Amino acid sequence: MKFDTLATTNPIDQMKVVGKPTTRIEGPLKTTGTAPYAYEHHDVAPNQAYGVVVGSAIAKGRIASMNLQEAQSAPGVIAIVTAANAGKLGKGKYNTAKLLGGPDIQHYHQAVALVVADTFEQARAAAQLLDIQYVSSEGAFDLLSVRGSGAPTEEAPDTTHGDFAAAFGAAPVQFDATYTTPDQAHSMMEPFASIAAWQGKQLTLWTSNQMIDWSVTDLATTLGIPKKNVRLISPYIGGGFGGKLFLRCDALLAALGARLAGRPVKVALARPMMFNNSTHRPATIQRIRIGTTPAGKITAMGHESWSGDLPGGKLELAAQPSKLLYAGDNRLVSMRLCTLDLPEGNAMRAPGEASGLMALEIAMDEMAEKLKLDPVEFRIINDTQVDPVDPKRPFSQRHLIECLRTGATRFGWDKRHAQPGTQREGRWLIGMGVGVAFRNNLQMKSGARVRLDASGTVTVETDMTDIGTGSYTIIAQTAAEMMGVGLNDVVVRLGDSSFPVSSGSGGQFGGNCSTAGVYAACVKLREAVAQRLGISVEDAVFVGGEVHAGGNTFALHDAATAGEIVAEDAIEFAELSKQYQQSTFGAHFVEVAVDSATGETRVRRMLAVCAAGRILNPTSARSQVIGAMTMGVGAALMEDLVVDKHLGFFVNHDLAGYEVPVHADIPHQEVIFLDETDPASSPMKAKGVGELGLCGVSAAIANAIYNATGARVREYPITLDKVLHALPPMI
Amino acid sequence: MDNRAPLPLSRRTLLIVGVVTATAMVLPPFISAKACAANAARPIKSSVSLSVNGEKRDLDLDTRTTLLDALREHLHLTGTKKGCDHGQCGACTVIVDGRRINACLTLAVMHDGAKVTTIEGLGTPEKLHPMQAAFIKHDGYQCGYCTPGQICSAVAVLEEIRAGIPSHVSASLTDSPQLIASELQERMSGNICRCGAYSNIIEAITEVAEADL
Repeated sequence: MKFDTLATTNPIDQMKVVGKPTTRIEGPLKTTGTAPYAYEHHDVAPNQAYGVVVGSAIAKGRIASMNLQEAQSAPGVIAIVTAANAGKLGKGKYNTAKLLGGPDIQHYHQAVALVVADTFEQARAAAQLLDIQYVSSEGAFDLLSVRGSGAPTEEAPDTTHGDFAAAFGAAPVQFDATYTTPDQAHSMMEPFASIAAWQGKQLTLWTSNQMIDWSVTDLATTLGIPKKNVRLISPYIGGGFGGKLFLRCDALLAALGARLAGRPVKVALARPMMFNNSTHRPATIQRIRIGTTPAGKITAMGHESWSGDLPGGKLELAAQPSKLLYAGDNRLVSMRLCTLDLPEGNAMRAPGEASGLMALEIAMDEMAEKLKLDPVEFRIINDTQVDPVDPKRPFSQRHLIECLRTGATRFGWDKRHAQPGTQREGRWLIGMGVGVAFRNNLQMKSGARVRLDASGTVTVETDMTDIGTGSYTIIAQTAAEMMGVGLNDVVVRLGDSSFPVSSGSGGQFGGNCSTAGVYAACVKLREAVAQRLGISVEDAVFVGGEVHAGGNTFALHDAATAGEIVAEDAIEFAELSKQYQQSTFGAHFVEVAVDSATGETRVRRMLAVCAAGRILNPTSARSQVIGAMTMGVGAALMEDLVVDKHLGFFVNHDLAGYEVPVHADIPHQEVIFLDETDPASSPMKAKGVGELGLCGVSAAIANAIYNATGARVREYPITLDKVLHALPPMI
Repeated sequence: MDNRAPLPLSRRTLLIVGVVTATAMVLPPFISAKACAANAARPIKSSVSLSVNGEKRDLDLDTRTTLLDALREHLHLTGTKKGCDHGQCGACTVIVDGRRINACLTLAVMHDGAKVTTIEGLGTPEKLHPMQAAFIKHDGYQCGYCTPGQICSAVAVLEEIRAGIPSHVSASLTDSPQLIASELQERMSGNICRCGAYSNIIEAITEVAEADL
């Protein structure tokens, strides 16, 4: 199905199932420990051996020698995979560094070997016996010191509009500041894990992956085998946040290990290897310049960003939100990529926007204060309903002002003291902050197959994944709405490359696109049902497990008595995104208490108001937003991959060193969804919320800390040492 | 061999172990290579008998096997999750002899005769434990990977509060701790949820706690 004109009325608009708060259909499995994750498929292949990954002990250089003798003779050891015996390997399209290093080493903890043994304990012990000698070479590990070498990229050429330099120079009120965001780690709870089994030339891989088709393609490319010989199965994924978008070393090494050992091999990456072996959100340096009229109308908006990656790597698109978020006739958006020899940088939840808004939304707070404007009002003054660079191109929907006004009222924003450091409760300094959330809506082709059997059960099959986002449930809701059946009549099967290729999970496009693909397949199934029943599909009403047409009523399952009906289609998006800028919007409000003696920040209240198209399942959508707000607390207050600039690796590579929020850090959280449908997005009229919820949160916290203490911190995370100087003197 | 024999550790071997550990710092994530090599050369097996979810299970295990791997890899009770394998995330929380522990931080052979309750022992999809039902109702999970650990922890936390065990946030060490959000948040803080379902999890636990009053 081609989606090339604005959506009109369709069966989803009935909202009998779609749009209703619905608990997850896989909930009984997840809460009883019976949903199988990647490492847990004991029953799929007999005689599974255990593989343990060995990572490089240097950041850059080469392996001078590798003595495997002692490890090979250790009890239980079956095989040891290294680059020397793995055969010729290609590199996947989505990988920057090789997944199996050697002799050249591209980053610290790059996998250099897999030790396969009968038991996990044997493999782990033998992995310590590899005698590897390295020769290190010089590398670049410090973004600040290589900032000057940053180069423009084809991916994101500079956006210039009007004459930024002149307009900024002439602006009556000017603001110019530089911010930094650190490297961050996805830290999903389930480590990378795979089980590989070969049957002749056929490889089956049970794994944990967000993008099934990308990874089938990249695994086939890396192994140099036809794509049709690779099957990936990933029904449950213990979190991804972008970290599992790509093929990673667990999958490749399990496949190589199983081939060498001649039996199935399971591999999970040890937690302390996750941080340097895999990808991370790259650090940024961002310079923001804003020029306004005395009344606060933006006339010049400049946002420049620098980030680093391995040679051949990608930019962190941190300045991207400044193309579209606020009005202003003269604009400069520019991003520069520097070469660093740290582990590979790549997408993490809301890539670009998350770190971009960490800076931009502090800058907006600072500018509002300079203008003596309320920060909410300053943003409202500079709202735009059109693409500021191309005013003929409107936003399909943009309700940012409503988000801000609704949130301000609900949160009690009028009780905020405009003067920092003036609200105190005992030892606590209290402050409120606001930050705008903004993330574009992406449209990706997505396919599905639907089956109707003689019992009336509708089965959906698509290689879409559920990484905690609620895909199982919204897909079931979509099929139930389309076919006029109850949720209990729908079976959803996901994450298998033998199913039609979907959008996958990423960029907050999965919810809208995958359900639109199911919608398309259901339109075909409705046509097939009507044909079987000998009625016109235009007249048919699918409701309550029945089909009504021309005064006649049929049971839906009657259509399948002559045999199961199977329909397959995909949603394909045309050029509507060129006519309409499609984005999601929100406003975050935060109240913090800062300890006046220690500088410790406690987040006391959080509210998000979101405008993101139709909310398919308010229960799971709300969870996506509160989860993102939680990640935003981490980004604001604690998350920081600390770089050893001499040896070139992330020092705090476990969950004790890389701190993420825990229960005690997070207060009760509130979310409001504005009533919105977006006919430009898809027949579902939905967009995404999973990344929107993260955008702007950290800046709202930073602004609240400023409001509480007067400490304006421009280097994340805002640890207490950066706040201490502004605290009142102790008596 | 007799495992009860005193370990032949002299001050000098302790010093050497110290040095080895220091050099091993550049080879994370595992323990010192030489200590491992010694184990690899002479793997020791031991029988252990556990009562898991009310069922007696006899195992013959490599003594290096953690309770977590005994459950997951030997008994195929994969509801208990491995998130970090070194006590930093709480995904492996199980209840052993009435107290919650991280199953990754303890060896199976240390628990001969122990009663172990895992997530599978609390309820089934057809017959949910009230805490499991409350997690579903309040959407106290997303990806589901930390969830069994959260639920086992939550069940044990309510028992700890009932038993009058104080926490870091309890106002007094001698008075009964209160069933309030801050107590639950403090006690649950060893269970990380990267999806960030904390706010919903506390609501789920609160509902179960209030129903039990």
